[in-house]
Amino acid sequence: MPDLGLNVLFEGRNFVRLLGGLWTALWIALAAMAASVVLGLPMGVLMTSRHRLVKLALRGYLEAIRVLPQLVLLFVFYFDLTYVTGVNLSPELAAFIVFTLWGTAEMGDLVRGAITAIPLHQYQSGYALGLKPSQVQAFVVLPQSVRRLLPLAVNLVTRMVKTTSLIVLIGVTEVLKVGQQIIDRNRFQYPDAALWVYATIFLLYFLACFPISRLAQTLERRFAV
Amino acid sequence: MELAVFREYLPAYARAALATLGIAALGIVLATAVGLVTAVVQYAQVPVARRVAAVYVELSRNTPLVVQLFFLYYGLPKVGLVWGSGTCAVVGLGFLGGSYMAEAFRSGLDAVEPAQTQSALALGFGPALALRHVVAPQAVALATPAFTANVIFLIKETSVVSIVAYPDLVYVAKDYIGTDYNTAEALFLLVVFYLLIVLPVSLGAAALERRVRRAGFGA
Repeated sequence: MPDLGLNVLFEGRNFVRLLGGLWTALWIALAAMAASVVLGLPMGVLMTSRHRLVKLALRGYLEAIRVLPQLVLLFVFYFDLTYVTGVNLSPELAAFIVFTLWGTAEMGDLVRGAITAIPLHQYQSGYALGLKPSQVQAFVVLPQSVRRLLPLAVNLVTRMVKTTSLIVLIGVTEVLKVGQQIIDRNRFQYPDAALWVYATIFLLYFLACFPISRLAQTLERRFAV
Repeated sequence: MELAVFREYLPAYARAALATLGIAALGIVLATAVGLVTAVVQYAQVPVARRVAAVYVELSRNTPLVVQLFFLYYGLPKVGLVWGSGTCAVVGLGFLGGSYMAEAFRSGLDAVEPAQTQSALALGFGPALALRHVVAPQAVALATPAFTANVIFLIKETSVVSIVAYPDLVYVAKDYIGTDYNTAEALFLLVVFYLLIVLPVSLGAAALERRVRRAGFGA
């Protein structure tokens, strides 16, 4: 190895630029996650409904989203939409929408799972104590569902963050794109830049996701039933 | 959308689908092997190796496949390790999937009640024999749903291998969009071919899970 290609990271504003690129990715992930929570909660509740048609439609939505790789969803949404309708979305917005569609489906399924995991006797005991259905929901079902849901939802955040690595492929200038720019710009001074830049990006993603997955594990242990 | 375009594109997509399946199969085999070793090392609490396994699982689970592949394909050659795109794709899938498989197997092993091991030991089995003949068969059944979920996950994850120039379905679709501008047809075929691959696998997985449950191992 020639003398430290690592230095390329500290040339000019390179490292700050990488962090900026990571922030672009994180920002989209967090915004999509927030939207997914807002939309996924009602979706999950509706998935437990007794209405056959509602259940079928939501189940169909979930499976349709799940069966395809997220990259394919991104491509279809970003390229096809423009091609067919002429609507021209920025890649950032397209990524946000696709992640929200996907996140809502996943979140909805988690919510559904958390609700259906509540044993029947919890409801029956609530009614036996004279609680109204709305009170059973608020004081018996909701608190227990949230304990089950929280670790899984936090885990979904890490999946969302990891999935942002795909958006470079529809042209978002995020951390990988910035990395490529740095490598190309320094091709002659630092021929080994690729090793260090990609190792750094690997580490940055790890540093972004590791605390979140740790949080999910801690929550899971704390709320273990 | 035009039918003639479909007819023209079909052979290339069929070839790419086989390439996707091939890379997925190899990746899944490698991931399963890595996962088995990791899970057993952690279950048996082998000193040192168990720490290495823990670090590996965290690194693998908390980074995206795309970033792992970029490092393998563009980073490693700088230290003299030059791998082709197929090798990179398989190694990447093995690295990523290994930790997911390890978690699946480990949860299967943990779900087997300690009484099973204790009974086996009381009957005179050694620890290795107890694992092999008593715990493992039950753990395999218990881990099946997580295992099949991982298989489907890894097949879907192969969709990113075009970034290391592996000619999979996405690669072909991008190619046709770029050269002919038949975006609608190219993407339609992309979706159809992924459905053709993933749907039978999910149906097979569901059937396998039912079978395993009927075997009476699962709770």
